[in-house]
Amino acid sequence: MVERRPWLSVLTHLVLISGVLLVAFPLYITFVASTLTLEQVLQVPMRLLPGDQFWANYTQVLGAGSTRGSAAPVAPMLFNSLVMALVIAVGKIAISIISAFAIVYFRFPLRKFFFWMVFVTLMLPVEVRIIPTFKVVSDLGMLDTYAGLTLPLIASATATFLFRQFFLTVPDELLEAARMDGAGPMRFFFDVLLPLSATSIAALFVIQFIYGWNQYLWPLLITSDESMYTAVIGIKRMIVGGDALTEWNLVMATAMLALLPPALVVLLMQRWFVKGLVDTEK
Amino acid sequence: MEKRVFFRSAWLPYLLVAPQLAITVIFFFWPAAQALWFAFLRQDAFGMRSEFAGLDNFRDLLADSNYLQSFQVTAVFSVLVAVGGLALALLLAVMADRVIKGALGYRTLLIWPYAVAPAIAGVLWGFMFAPSIGIVTYALKGFGIHFNWVLQSDQAMLLVVMASVWKQISYNFLFFLAGLQSIPKSLIEAAAIDGARPFRRFWTIVFPLLSPTTFFLLVVNIVYAFFDTFGVIDATTQGGPSGATQILVYKVYNDGVKAADLGGSSAQSAILMVIVIVLTVAQFRFVERRVNY
Repeated sequence: MVERRPWLSVLTHLVLISGVLLVAFPLYITFVASTLTLEQVLQVPMRLLPGDQFWANYTQVLGAGSTRGSAAPVAPMLFNSLVMALVIAVGKIAISIISAFAIVYFRFPLRKFFFWMVFVTLMLPVEVRIIPTFKVVSDLGMLDTYAGLTLPLIASATATFLFRQFFLTVPDELLEAARMDGAGPMRFFFDVLLPLSATSIAALFVIQFIYGWNQYLWPLLITSDESMYTAVIGIKRMIVGGDALTEWNLVMATAMLALLPPALVVLLMQRWFVKGLVDTEK
Repeated sequence: MEKRVFFRSAWLPYLLVAPQLAITVIFFFWPAAQALWFAFLRQDAFGMRSEFAGLDNFRDLLADSNYLQSFQVTAVFSVLVAVGGLALALLLAVMADRVIKGALGYRTLLIWPYAVAPAIAGVLWGFMFAPSIGIVTYALKGFGIHFNWVLQSDQAMLLVVMASVWKQISYNFLFFLAGLQSIPKSLIEAAAIDGARPFRRFWTIVFPLLSPTTFFLLVVNIVYAFFDTFGVIDATTQGGPSGATQILVYKVYNDGVKAADLGGSSAQSAILMVIVIVLTVAQFRFVERRVNY
């Protein structure tokens, strides 16, 4: 701050606090609704203090699901979301880091061509090739499988760029020293490059975990079996249409469960999250 | 930029890029090529036979008032999401940049909506504004406003815009904050010594210096509004009422998956691809310029 302006400081905090409240309000309403009985939720206006149905609602959705919409328990859905998020995050990092390694540390014919091929995938989001991708996955027999949920989303231009940028800043002397000591390419990769990339990997992991966990369109298309639903899809399936028909208290409990893991990842790994967000857009 | 020293191997680099390439070819290029090819085919009513139809699908699309409406809806929606999200985030970032004590606390409390899936954001906002039981709907009734996004087009649009802005605000906030913190304090101090008040300093110094960040975020937000808000819309209005919130991506999904119109949906995909290419090029042109800035 350049000068003292007490009234401006007060205004600053007022704006920030109202911003925080505005951002938090939907979450608070969700939490309150998830602790009420259905009758209490449907009462207009809904009460704004948490009720006593916390355990009842959460154990109900985790173990049995809603009774009116899809009656699938949410616990396996959370597991599916976790598998999807982890496989996508780890898979993306793994295949991107080795291809960036090849592109930066080797000279081979078609190197530039491969790099551009990866680059072009930026311009082909799932949303523009919905049906043909669905057909490919169905022809490969991967509908309702973890492979079908994750493999098509695992190629990543941004992660490859990030690692390429990072490798370009690694001093050449390290490679020369490693070669002098007789290290081959993979030895150099595992013993030198991988440890150096630890922060980049952590940052990417946070971003990609959230990306994988929050996928919606793709699982919506290729899962028809309730046992393969992810948590986000499960919420959608619980809403039967019509304000009064849906069991909102259970929907809201599921929403809390589905948004808690990625929110915790963001908050607990805040440093890497901010780094990852800024780095992947460079 | 290239490495001065490198490894030599006839097979290892190919092996290393193989997984990435296999996935790219099988799940990106092959389906994208098919989408382009289907765009020129026409299927009979039972989906049994298809024949080459040239540009017929595109001609039909451009003559279809629903499609043109969807274009218009997407334009309005993305402008509202981008401008609304940027304005709010900029305000909060400028304020957070002023704060010395508690800055990290505010940041923590403002960034978590990034972790919320768009579909869940849609469910939360749709519930708060639910026509008969929503808590905000009830409050608005006190002001004489009857909020019913199930029936009113404008209100449906407002709802999906609010949910989408809410989800994206943390992202914009973090980038604005980083941009603000990289502006040299000496410039601001010099202006203060010259007698410029905070408001004046913001518009004449801070805002122009922030323009690379703003432009970058504008492109990112438009891409977000075009593609990532699918979940928000599917969880709330599902494109309704009567197409008032049917953005282009939602129409591709509706026509292709629900109505099974392969040719028409693919032609729409092809047009979307062109839009993505333009946006991506805009984004990268800008990144190059930012380096020289």
